[in-house]
Amino acid sequence: MTGGSPLPIGGSLEVWLAIVLIGIATYGFRLSFIHLFGRIDEVPTRIKRPLRYVPPAVLAALVFPDLVTIRPSVAATLVDERLIAGVVAGAVAWRTENVMATITSGMITLWLFRFVVFA
Amino acid sequence: MDGDLLGGDSFDGDVWAGVRDVSPLLLGIVPFGLVAGIAAVNAGLGLAEAVGMSVIVFAGASQLAAIDLIGSNAPLAVVVGTAVVINVRMVMYSASIAPHFADYGRRLRAGLAYVLTDQAYALSVAEFERNPERSRWRYYLGAAATLWVVWQIATVVGVVVGASVPDAWGLTFAVPLVFLALLVPAMKDRPTTAAAVAGGIIAVVAAGLPLNLGLLTGAVSGIVVGLLTEVFGE
Repeated sequence: MTGGSPLPIGGSLEVWLAIVLIGIATYGFRLSFIHLFGRIDEVPTRIKRPLRYVPPAVLAALVFPDLVTIRPSVAATLVDERLIAGVVAGAVAWRTENVMATITSGMITLWLFRFVVFA
Repeated sequence: MDGDLLGGDSFDGDVWAGVRDVSPLLLGIVPFGLVAGIAAVNAGLGLAEAVGMSVIVFAGASQLAAIDLIGSNAPLAVVVGTAVVINVRMVMYSASIAPHFADYGRRLRAGLAYVLTDQAYALSVAEFERNPERSRWRYYLGAAATLWVVWQIATVVGVVVGASVPDAWGLTFAVPLVFLALLVPAMKDRPTTAAAVAGGIIAVVAAGLPLNLGLLTGAVSGIVVGLLTEVFGE
């Protein structure tokens, strides 16, 4: 990695390389069985089973670290505007299953704690 | 569904039915795309890179994760590896929708595969079951192409908006909120909930790992815990 570059992962060329590689892999996944069908009739259970757990595992691994950071004390870890906003938004997501309502409630809670309560 | 009233087999009727059925979902896609654009700007990407990613990858969750990792200087292999793990679920959709496209030519199938998304998949498979008379590729394309166009526009608007909002507003916090809105309905039963709880906690604990491997570690651990819960849970 080239230090001091304005673009993070070593510059624009590497960003484009990442985009193209992700794009190729993703298209391969999309095309996989649409292309193969006719040659195989049934998706092997060995593939099907773990795939069921990809969405919850990946999404949680994306969400949690953005809401919580482990700090030296329990209080410092839990008293965090991001965590509070995340809990509120999680409750709204559970009740409404609505993306817009989830984003709105989470952002308003974040701003409330950042600019008013903890200010 | 009133597909027959709209002309059943006619081109317009089937394409339009797809467009019409996908419309309510756009309310969830627009903020998602806006956030992708905003996050791209905040990570130091330009308009060309943000739009290039939306066109070439065209998969929201993986785009946001990749942008996030690019913004925190992760190595190329980790950026790509993480996005690949997120998108491997497309294999599941491809397998499920493949029988419906089996009669079509290779080229058409290759084109249809490009616009395969969570939403286009879910809508189309439901409609194919409900209404066998429907032209499957036209209906699917009506829904999938609409999603594609709206996604690109939302990304561009996000890039423009993202460049003009002060950092203190923390607009990138909308990224985990979008994922949260997708995560909650994905926790359908005990094994999927176990996969989420384990994946999330391990990702937090592993956040300090070198090379930004925390997300990948959490995701893979979550998948394993989900499988173990399924096998040993009952």
